[in-house]
Amino acid sequence: MTPVFAEVGYYEPWWAQILKALLIFFVVFNIVPIALLGERKILGRFQHRYGPNRVGLFGMLQPMADIGKLIFKEQFRPRTATGWLFAIAPAISMLTAVATVAIIPFSNTVDIFGTEVGLYGVDPSVGILYAFAFGAIAFYGLMLGGWSSGSKYSFLGSMRAAAQLISYEVAQGLSIVGVIMMTGSLSLVEIVEAQDGHLWFFIPQFVGFVIFMVASFAETNRPPFDLAEADAELVGGYNTEYGGGRFAAFFAAEYLNIVVVSGIAATLFLGGWNIPWVDPPTWVDPIVVIVKMLALVYFFIWVRATLPRLRYDQLMSLGWKVFLPLATLNALVTAILVVET
Amino acid sequence: MPYDPGPDVIQVIRAPRRSPAASAYRAFGATLKGLRTTFGRMIEGPTTIQYPEEKTPVYPRFRGRHKLHRFEDTGLEKCVGCSLCAAACPADCIRVVAAENTPENRISAGERYAAVYEINLSRCIFCGYCEIACPFDAITMGHDYEMSDYNRSDLIFTKEMLLAEPLDRAPLRRPGE
Repeated sequence: MTPVFAEVGYYEPWWAQILKALLIFFVVFNIVPIALLGERKILGRFQHRYGPNRVGLFGMLQPMADIGKLIFKEQFRPRTATGWLFAIAPAISMLTAVATVAIIPFSNTVDIFGTEVGLYGVDPSVGILYAFAFGAIAFYGLMLGGWSSGSKYSFLGSMRAAAQLISYEVAQGLSIVGVIMMTGSLSLVEIVEAQDGHLWFFIPQFVGFVIFMVASFAETNRPPFDLAEADAELVGGYNTEYGGGRFAAFFAAEYLNIVVVSGIAATLFLGGWNIPWVDPPTWVDPIVVIVKMLALVYFFIWVRATLPRLRYDQLMSLGWKVFLPLATLNALVTAILVVET
Repeated sequence: MPYDPGPDVIQVIRAPRRSPAASAYRAFGATLKGLRTTFGRMIEGPTTIQYPEEKTPVYPRFRGRHKLHRFEDTGLEKCVGCSLCAAACPADCIRVVAAENTPENRISAGERYAAVYEINLSRCIFCGYCEIACPFDAITMGHDYEMSDYNRSDLIFTKEMLLAEPLDRAPLRRPGE
């Protein structure tokens, strides 16, 4: 049997892959409402408020109410919109976001009822490049959504999204080169294993970590880099003309992207499922990864509560004049050190 | 030779230093400082008062909805129907129609009593002049401020409503609060 994507580290029965896909969907669609509610509640705390606390116990059903409201709204589109592009844009956003979850490793291969199963969707040899490929496609969702709306605000938003994503993707890609060189592999599982018993990469690769995190804010369209939707100036940016279920898809994709980027950052820089000085049993591994992910999601919300939105020229000069040279320098220095030792 | 202001002049730094290292430090340091500030706010916890369940206490001299009073011992109304409150009212929202007390039908302590005593709360401006004007302390301003209603006519409070014990919905502010 030939593997589906590139080389998979071991043979896996077809039913295991289907089960894993379903499990990933299940986990992902449970994490999104948590991130949604967490964002609103934690943001509230940062502003001396409670956040939503009326629906259900402690407001825990608020995301359900939000989603229900959005789904049962009327589907509408402006007369100027390009029909099918307008319809598939949110689907692209959602699809790419979910697809990226597949490579986040929650643990190494484990023995479940006599079958070796890896606790990750796929572990392709191209590893992290898979995430970057889907990150690049995800931008089509924003771009097409904004452009096909036929509205000026949406158009401006999607143009900003295009420029922003391209300029930050370069820096983000270069920032992880250091990690890849230190590991000698692109596979995320091997990157995590390289951090086992060693310093986690966010210490030796601190510059890379900072650049990766900042670029992640830009990639996920989060404040302070949310220029693509900049509510104050562009109404809603690329999603101005969307409502109902399609808007819900964009909205969920945004939160999913945060979760995914947190997962990748936790894998690359924060040691994945490793805990220092402790060697827990295998069933703890996914919990450790999820805790690290949620801690990073908290960081995303924290930054949103703190920093104001950048001006557009500041965003561009930061990306091209600061982060790109820094990331290149970081890669260069790491390369020299790796070769020397 | 340029003007020398002497040592008394305070140095004003007009702009941060422009060197790349300084600005990088500034950007990073300022971000961390901002993050620390917001985190401090988070630790302080919410200051929201969950209104229908919790209420802000009012001060003792808060001027809320009016109350009419009776004598505690005899149970007679304090109001003698003199209409001074109606005369003092700048919003003209009080209507008093007086009637004579008779030995069989004794309602107030004085000669006359208020047969009709209405306050139109949709016009009232809660200035408290009525309670200042009243020679018998028959009308005072209470602490009740939850008076919204669905109908304008429901906001015209009659004597019976004003005499009744108000629902003590708003807590009173204690000393030191």
